[in-house]
Amino acid sequence: MLAKRIIPCLDIRDGRVVKGVKFVELKDAGDPVECAIAYDRGGADELVFLDITASHEARPIVEDVVRRVAAAISIPFSVGGGLKDLEGIRAILRSGADKVSLNTVAVENPEFVSKAAARFGNQCIIIAIDAKRHGSGWHVYTHGGRKDSGKDALEWAKEVETRGAGEILLTSMDRDGTTDGYDIELTAAVSRTVGIPVIASGGAGSLEHLKQAFLKAGCDAVLAASIFHFGTYTIEQAKEYLSRAGIPVRR
Amino acid sequence: MIGIIDYGMGNLYSVAKALERLGAKAEFVESPGQIKAAEKLILPGVGAFADAMKELRKRRLMDPIRNVVKDGKPFLGVCLGLQLLFDESEEGGKCEGLGILPGRVVRFSSFGPKGEKRLKIPHMGWNQVSVKNGCSALLDGVGENQYFYFVHSYYVVPEDGSIIMGETEYGVSFTSVVSSGKVHGCQFHPEKSHRFGQIVLKNFLEQS
Repeated sequence: MLAKRIIPCLDIRDGRVVKGVKFVELKDAGDPVECAIAYDRGGADELVFLDITASHEARPIVEDVVRRVAAAISIPFSVGGGLKDLEGIRAILRSGADKVSLNTVAVENPEFVSKAAARFGNQCIIIAIDAKRHGSGWHVYTHGGRKDSGKDALEWAKEVETRGAGEILLTSMDRDGTTDGYDIELTAAVSRTVGIPVIASGGAGSLEHLKQAFLKAGCDAVLAASIFHFGTYTIEQAKEYLSRAGIPVRR
Repeated sequence: MIGIIDYGMGNLYSVAKALERLGAKAEFVESPGQIKAAEKLILPGVGAFADAMKELRKRRLMDPIRNVVKDGKPFLGVCLGLQLLFDESEEGGKCEGLGILPGRVVRFSSFGPKGEKRLKIPHMGWNQVSVKNGCSALLDGVGENQYFYFVHSYYVVPEDGSIIMGETEYGVSFTSVVSSGKVHGCQFHPEKSHRFGQIVLKNFLEQS
């Protein structure tokens, strides 16, 4: 049976992990390669790297990180943050990433999603949707959550699927940074709307939250940062817990 | 030397690195001469079947590949590289493959018997392989129902059921591992399939 995935997310700035991973065995918690290896060994199903570098002269640094991570781990990983053109995507994929995630560029130029999917294959293209509650629905935000695009999140999810996105990384801005659990209502609404996998993100604080995202919201994967980075739980503990709840996970 | 066939379809870097981690020396090969010189060959590939065949044809690699298989060199097709070994694919109308293994390549149906939407396509993520026809050399030491990483929308339907060494459930039970003499193939990506993927690659490296 297809397993539900657990995906740790690592934020990278200038080639270093920010909000460091606190595993005892790490010599350098800021080294993306060491963190990636630790998660690969620890049973993570996939990794997401989010490059939050402000200046885009840093692209060679990111590509170097991607190359070193790809050489060291044997699980898939994606890279997102600041990608603007097909050439940028190509460079990241050629450096060894399996997928890229696009956010602002996709909202500003939806045709770009179609182009990227046609060029690199649907499975390579994750659309990251940062969604925030607006009345009875949710709006899509861009520029790292600073700008309201005015787009409806469900309509946008449907549109990117039609344009060839392979997966949706759905972050609830209302829950992100809290430990109150994923936004079940939002995640369930998007999961029902599209026929491509949905990764729930934002708000994970306990193993119960992971379970709810799968059972109540029907997502395909969960993204989490702090609960794993700070050692609150190991991936193995999370999988043991989910497995007992009858959720298929890779062991 | 292990040759990884480079024909412009997808990223070969991860495959090469996975082999390196196992202590093997891998090289990208792109000419008929290099293919002939390799001791073992891996045909990777991500993308569309028709594009891949067009690239193989353009680079005049079809006969060299058929010949090394005929000569009995260990050969491993991965993902699209497995599909290309068969007679034809229904991807993009109807497209002829290498014809090394008899059979066809067909698409997952996203709808159930009553027309209800049932499956997400591509089949992407970690899924289990159930061992068939006794344990093949490729799956030696892996065990039953272990997880491997898949990304694909089409799957192979071999004519000869005896070459099916592994099956996976996704709406249907489809062939995920084949072995016919020295020719092997897996639908999953061993280079992305963590420890069991490493075992599969190691098993292939030990073929002679």
